Amino acid sequence: MKNFAVLLSAVVALIGAVSCSGSKESTEGSADSTATKEMAIGFIYVGAKDDYGYNQAHSEGAAALKTIPGVKIYEEENVPETMEAQKTMESMINLDKADLIFPTSFGYFDPHILDMAKKYPDVFFLHCGGMFDSTKHPKNVGSYFGYIDEGMYLSGIAAGYTSKTKKLGFIAAKPIPQVLRNVNAFALGAQSVDPSITVTVIFTGDWFLPVKEAEAANSLADQGIDVITGHVDSPKVLIETAEKRGIYSVGYHTNQLVLAPKGFLTGAVWNWPKLYTDFVTMYKEGKSLSGLHRGGIKEGIITIAPFGPAVSDEAKKKVEAVQTEFMSAAGFNIFKGPITSNTGVVILKEGEVQTQRDPALESMSYLVKGVVGKIPAL
Amino acid sequence: MVTIWNNQMQSGLMAFLNSLAALLFSFLLFALFLVLIGANPMEVFGYMIEGSVGSSFSIQNTIMMATPLLFVSFCTALPAKLGMVVIGGEGALVIGGLAAAIAGVALSSTGYVVTIIGMFLAAFIAGGLWISIVGYLKHFKGANETIVSLLLNYIAIALMNHFVEGSLRDPESLNKPSTYHIGTDKMLGVLPGMDIHYGTVIGIVIALVMYFLFHFTTFGFSVRIIGGNKKAAKLAGLTIEKVILVTFFLAGGISGLAGMVEVAAIHGRANASLVAGYGYTGILVSFLAKHNPLAIIPVTFLFGALTASNGLIQRRCELPDATMIVLQGIIFVTIIGWDAISSMLKLRLVKTA
Repeated sequence: MKNFAVLLSAVVALIGAVSCSGSKESTEGSADSTATKEMAIGFIYVGAKDDYGYNQAHSEGAAALKTIPGVKIYEEENVPETMEAQKTMESMINLDKADLIFPTSFGYFDPHILDMAKKYPDVFFLHCGGMFDSTKHPKNVGSYFGYIDEGMYLSGIAAGYTSKTKKLGFIAAKPIPQVLRNVNAFALGAQSVDPSITVTVIFTGDWFLPVKEAEAANSLADQGIDVITGHVDSPKVLIETAEKRGIYSVGYHTNQLVLAPKGFLTGAVWNWPKLYTDFVTMYKEGKSLSGLHRGGIKEGIITIAPFGPAVSDEAKKKVEAVQTEFMSAAGFNIFKGPITSNTGVVILKEGEVQTQRDPALESMSYLVKGVVGKIPAL
Repeated sequence: MVTIWNNQMQSGLMAFLNSLAALLFSFLLFALFLVLIGANPMEVFGYMIEGSVGSSFSIQNTIMMATPLLFVSFCTALPAKLGMVVIGGEGALVIGGLAAAIAGVALSSTGYVVTIIGMFLAAFIAGGLWISIVGYLKHFKGANETIVSLLLNYIAIALMNHFVEGSLRDPESLNKPSTYHIGTDKMLGVLPGMDIHYGTVIGIVIALVMYFLFHFTTFGFSVRIIGGNKKAAKLAGLTIEKVILVTFFLAGGISGLAGMVEVAAIHGRANASLVAGYGYTGILVSFLAKHNPLAIIPVTFLFGALTASNGLIQRRCELPDATMIVLQGIIFVTIIGWDAISSMLKLRLVKTA
């Protein structure tokens, strides 16, 4: 009993000391927030916000907003796509007085955002994924997405120049249209350098399976593949594995150069800091954010990561040239004929073009010629 | 009956007091941890209260977060009465959710009551059969029930993905493969004037029924005899296989209902969002409740409160999500090891009967 009493009093004393020193700041803080009406913005992530991937990209966007005066950012990570997502939004609305919420995971949209948007018509919801349909969705919802396949195409060019074995690898989560579009864009970019280049694709089956991703990266390296990229929630593991195996890697979502200072080439990166700053500016000017906001490199939504040391000057020049084409008024089309699938089906004939807004691209269900792998039957 | 009740009450009260002491002690340890990482414990505890019970919204939030746990905890709690450790709640939830979604779509042309009952039965039977596999392999093949149930979780998730991304996929669910929607008019409603759906009520009723079944009936008595000594139970003439399989079926069936509630009250479809880790939190809940169906109710609300306030702590104190996982871990270890800890601290408030 005596031991316990000593321990107890020690703990209580410690807590007391800390809370006294801390309480001053917290009262100052609350006085601040009541003085002027701040704009409160909530960010919700499905995974860890420092995952070197999808969630970190969004968190970097949130960080950019912290510098805007009169804006308070509230972030919550590891929120599953269940009732918890709805309750987090509601909690941000009720307890943080949020005006604008960014529920960033694709799976938050239906039913979670739609339900909350109906319940709270004065709060605005911006969802990453491009699923907004003005004919059936509430007016206080907006959706945004980037043509990240443009970043993948440019990275494919860098990979095509750098690869010695002419064999590239792609580790993908699920064979859904968005992922297939990235695989194909990466392959087409590399094949624009050398048409004989192959891309071996491995589907892991889910968005966050670090162990499987590492196994896949090792198996690709064993097959003589010397550039690895992927489309999973966090490419951290595959980039680190590639570096360990002494081969090259291409990033995704955010800049991962720090993870592989030797072998990292470049990567497709979401430029959320720019888009989110634009959104907040629009909101403050009283403009409606409802609708679909889409764009690629030209609109500044997509960019590429800084080049690693292994990228040659020739490769850099070529990547930059195509990047300039993407930004030109005429634009640059990734999906232009002739394109044949790896099962021999003609997708686009010579002269046929699918521009980025073509709905056919949103239901892509093939892998282009030169991609080794098959889509599990649906 | 009266003596049983009195004994139950007395040992229950003592267990409750012991657990409460353990809980308080773990909050002290957590406060110490917060001091070590440079956070202010009073501020964190303040937000914990605000986020879990501070307002009508927060209380409802706590209850909603507790709801799935109310069901999945039974996957561990019921077999524990037989002395077995089963951790297959996640898989049973997923299989139950998938079965409920299939039943909901198949019954889409029928009325509301038929659909809901159909989904309920589909989820209960599917989840029940799923965990019965564990009971069968354990009893007849001598397989380790813990490992089998854990591995079955992965198989359940893979099966669900296979069907949801394949033959059962709604072709319109392009980038988030899902089954067809059961129909917004077929969803489980909410209690009048609240956000809480009827799933919570079903869960509480089931917990009460299980408490009665396992503590006041001959079936419950035979379960505890088998849990105590299988050979003695056999000599006493109990049909061990039957009792084991029924218990496992109930354990899986109730967990399967967690999936049904997720589909019928929240998602309207089955998809990868069903895999949210509730099955694993249910294991903690069951152990903390000492596998007592009645105690599961308050313990799930405690965990619901932790989840409900987690967000507020992240947002206001800018602490990572892992902070509350640390607290969960501290609570778990403290309660499991409380007998040892309390005797070490020479603090034996009350002896458990």
